[in-house]
Amino acid sequence: MQYLLLIYQREAELNGWTDADKAAFYEAYGPFTQGIVKSGHMRAGAGLQPIATATTVRVRDGKTLTTDGPFAETKEQLAGFYLIEAKDIDEAIAIAAKIPSARFGSVEVRPTIAGH
Amino acid sequence: MDVERLYRADYGRILATLIRLLGDFDLAEEALQDAFAAALEQWPGEGEPASPRAWIVSTARHKAIDRLRHRTRFEDKRAALETLATLEESPVSSDPIESVVTDERLRLVFTCCHPSLAVDAQIALTLRSLCGLSTDEIARAFLVSVPTMAQRLVRAKQKIRDARIPYRIPPDEQLPERLEAVLRTVYLVFNEGYAATSGDTVVRRELTAEAIRLGRVLSELMPDRTEARALLALMLLHDARREARISANGEPVPLEEQDHRRWDRAQIQEGLTLVKSALRDGGAGFYALQAAIVAVHAEAECAARLYDLLAERHSSPVVELNRAAAVAMADGPARGLELLDALESRGGLADYYLLPAARADLLRRLGRWEEAAATYRRALPLVANEPERRFLERRLAEVESKSRLARG
Repeated sequence: MQYLLLIYQREAELNGWTDADKAAFYEAYGPFTQGIVKSGHMRAGAGLQPIATATTVRVRDGKTLTTDGPFAETKEQLAGFYLIEAKDIDEAIAIAAKIPSARFGSVEVRPTIAGH
Repeated sequence: MDVERLYRADYGRILATLIRLLGDFDLAEEALQDAFAAALEQWPGEGEPASPRAWIVSTARHKAIDRLRHRTRFEDKRAALETLATLEESPVSSDPIESVVTDERLRLVFTCCHPSLAVDAQIALTLRSLCGLSTDEIARAFLVSVPTMAQRLVRAKQKIRDARIPYRIPPDEQLPERLEAVLRTVYLVFNEGYAATSGDTVVRRELTAEAIRLGRVLSELMPDRTEARALLALMLLHDARREARISANGEPVPLEEQDHRRWDRAQIQEGLTLVKSALRDGGAGFYALQAAIVAVHAEAECAARLYDLLAERHSSPVVELNRAAAVAMADGPARGLELLDALESRGGLADYYLLPAARADLLRRLGRWEEAAATYRRALPLVANEPERRFLERRLAEVESKSRLARG
């Protein structure tokens, strides 16, 4: 079964970190990602550019409306994701807990709809 | 065992077996309802089968197969065919329930109390699945409408299926954390029945009873987890006072006014034994400590009430003195002081140092420093024993300094 792990964290908080702290934080993603590739759980994943780069698109009455920014202003922002294969939610939760951002942000675990 | 008693006693065990067999919460529930309905219809006429539980399980299995065959929706059909295939392959043991029952109920409770489910949903699902309470009963107990409760249950079962919440006992490394969640849910069920004063009292009584039953199951099935035993002890000790803690007109009765004769002695005894063994084997956990506190209160109150009896039947100044100490422990220093005042005014134990010493101690505990100091001074000349004298002198110095501080 596939689960999407959505990584949320406070961009503003991260911006306040020293360069050395930021580097150490991003480096921790290396071994984590290699780990789930090796264990066969990894399906896809990416880190995202800051929310300042986001555009939100809606189509209403056939017209495409685009607005600057993410679809909702929240305290923590979507910063990246992994799509993983796990046998059940316990395994997905265990993997989510190892994501470096889980220590100061949040990881939402969402099962995908089966058969697609 | 008639159908209703079987339902009450074994619903959770049988459902757990069926969920395991069918791999589907809803189907297991529906099939079990069908099987009980069939039992209600057939047993009165044909007589009760030799093994009622096995009869229910195998009937439910057949009902489930019927239901699977009749499923029409495409999505359902595909899953149904898979389940049917495994069901028809799996051999039926003569009494599937006896052999595997313990693990089945444990699996079920860990599924119902999975941390991915909201606490409300955990509670509802546990009561519905393990205790066999109806949606209607659970809704009444939690003061929500029946449709709201029904929806809560449906959503929880959907999440178990769609997010694939596993049906198993967690592995060792997760067990402490997960058991904690289970125990918390059981204790919430208990408190919902015990602490709240609103709602249907009959249903509330049922909640405490069900929580205790679950506590028993957990502590029996996991004898090496002392926290489960400690929780059972805590609930038993609280619940032992249920008759005395609510007055005839439904108002709560404070501890010191409760009629101890209406306490359940056997239950207190069981709670005490359990909490002692939990403390011995597992140390001071969250529930063990709380249970120990309730136990100490229960024992202090027992002691005080026993002294009441003793004083009634075999009154003597020494009995009165000991009684005052026990009452002070159970009902507070002010009550103890009243008894000592009465004893003193009757002129009992005039030359016995323990009377002023006990009085001084109660005054000290009430923060009446100057009176306490004066009374310690009165006790000192009566003491013959050197360590006792040193003790009283130390206490005197202590209350004198408190008294100076209080005066500023």
